[in-house]
Amino acid sequence: MIAAGGSSSRLNVGAEGDASWGQLAAGSVINEGHVDLRGRSVLLAVVSQFTAAAALMQLDGLARRIVLFPPDMSRDHLAYAAATAEADLILTDDPTVEAVDANIRCVRCTWQPAGRVLDRQTQIETEWILLTSGTTGVPKLVVHTLATLSGAIQPGASSAVWATFYDIRRYGGMQIFLRAALGGTTLVLKNAKEPVTDFLARAGSLGVTHILGTPSHWRGALMSNATGRIAPQYVRLSGEISDQAILNQMHATYPEAKVVHAFASTEAGVVFEVKDGLTGFPQDVVGSNPQVEIDIEGGTLKVRSARTAFRYLGANAPVLKSADGFVDTGDAVDLRGGRYSFVGRQDGTINVGGMKVHPEEVEAVINRHPEVSVSLVRMKKNSIIGGLVVADVVLKKSPQPADSNVSSLQREILQFCRGELAQHKVPAAINFVPNLAVAESGKLIRPHA
Amino acid sequence: MNVKSVNVKSEVVAQIQQVAQEQNKTLAPLTDDLALLDSGLDSLCFAIVVVRLETSLGIDPFSSDDARFPVTFGDFVGFYENAAK
Repeated sequence: MIAAGGSSSRLNVGAEGDASWGQLAAGSVINEGHVDLRGRSVLLAVVSQFTAAAALMQLDGLARRIVLFPPDMSRDHLAYAAATAEADLILTDDPTVEAVDANIRCVRCTWQPAGRVLDRQTQIETEWILLTSGTTGVPKLVVHTLATLSGAIQPGASSAVWATFYDIRRYGGMQIFLRAALGGTTLVLKNAKEPVTDFLARAGSLGVTHILGTPSHWRGALMSNATGRIAPQYVRLSGEISDQAILNQMHATYPEAKVVHAFASTEAGVVFEVKDGLTGFPQDVVGSNPQVEIDIEGGTLKVRSARTAFRYLGANAPVLKSADGFVDTGDAVDLRGGRYSFVGRQDGTINVGGMKVHPEEVEAVINRHPEVSVSLVRMKKNSIIGGLVVADVVLKKSPQPADSNVSSLQREILQFCRGELAQHKVPAAINFVPNLAVAESGKLIRPHA
Repeated sequence: MNVKSVNVKSEVVAQIQQVAQEQNKTLAPLTDDLALLDSGLDSLCFAIVVVRLETSLGIDPFSSDDARFPVTFGDFVGFYENAAK
């Protein structure tokens, strides 16, 4: 179970709530009748991060399984996630969430400081299920336990105040949540609707010392005039490639702080931290930590450690670990001058502000447009958000339509995509091309960067 | 150069308005001291604007390792005007 920390350390999610870790663990999240959570598979589909945190504190050690449904994931996937995780119950604070199946009870969930205390005498090892996006748009359910999720967490100073832009239902945010909850330190979380300026002001007023986000979060913060609201000792970037420009900017903005970037994934866990202020990572990172074995043979980064996930859930789920226990992150790296750099994803997955986009999912939508023959979706590097989605499209008729029609057809295809895809998956640009390169295998040749 | 900078600014404004319309965002009046984050566009929208401007103007003023980030609309236009000089 997650032990409650010191009495003065707390969780603060602004307007969503504020309580000490001890209060959170002692309160109640179930507000209706008798609900038996012991040994159950529980899907947590709450909007509030504060409520989610309280539910996690209470469910670990009690439930057989906790499924963390991210608030930004399409509710269309709720039924699939519930079925795949064999959920007995859905806990939700959202009145629009209804039971997805007659056998799965939907229970209203909000945190109250006092209420029915759960019987926690017998503890079991709970599976923590995190969701990541899959190639076809259907999420993958990744199995962890508290032990694998907290494997990288070292005891730290209890006077630290942590803050993050991440949501705790995703791997990066989960790391910070567990670090604070297990270590008994104060944690400041951003709520989804809160402007970055307000979040930084709140974190600053609570004395934040350690703050984490993706390079895109930080670029957004730099575009606010609120970076001076905090004076952190430690700033960490992860979830996307940190390029030299953003690292330089962070050093210039917080000259007193230790600025590091880290590599981690939901499946592979926390792999390493880079502290020298340079993009990529030094060659000697490989083999430097006996707890995390790194294998770069074959061009992608593979990891074996006690922090990796166990498996994916589901009947036709792909294999997460090789027979010898390595997780292939799919991140292609290139060694030059004693330093590795990340050069993209082996499978072409595009990272837009820390969110994965599978080109195949976007191509499938574009290809449904009646005038489209075939399309290739690729990443375009972007100085504001790391990478963006662009599409090269081959049309059925005239390979290059007359100029006057080009922009209206581009707009029409984009409009079509907007109706079908999440905002970050919609291409920023559509280019009409006469043809696309096809390999001997008959598959489109995908650029690896 | 004056003519050029007027063109740069009007192109920036046109692309911002186009992206705002596509993304169903309500745009604040684009005055020079408007904070970009108060403009109604989020960072994904600005990323798209930067891609479109790279196509139309042929420059991305934020791509170098020592690039700084604009805070106001005036800064944003200024980056493009300087890069176009």
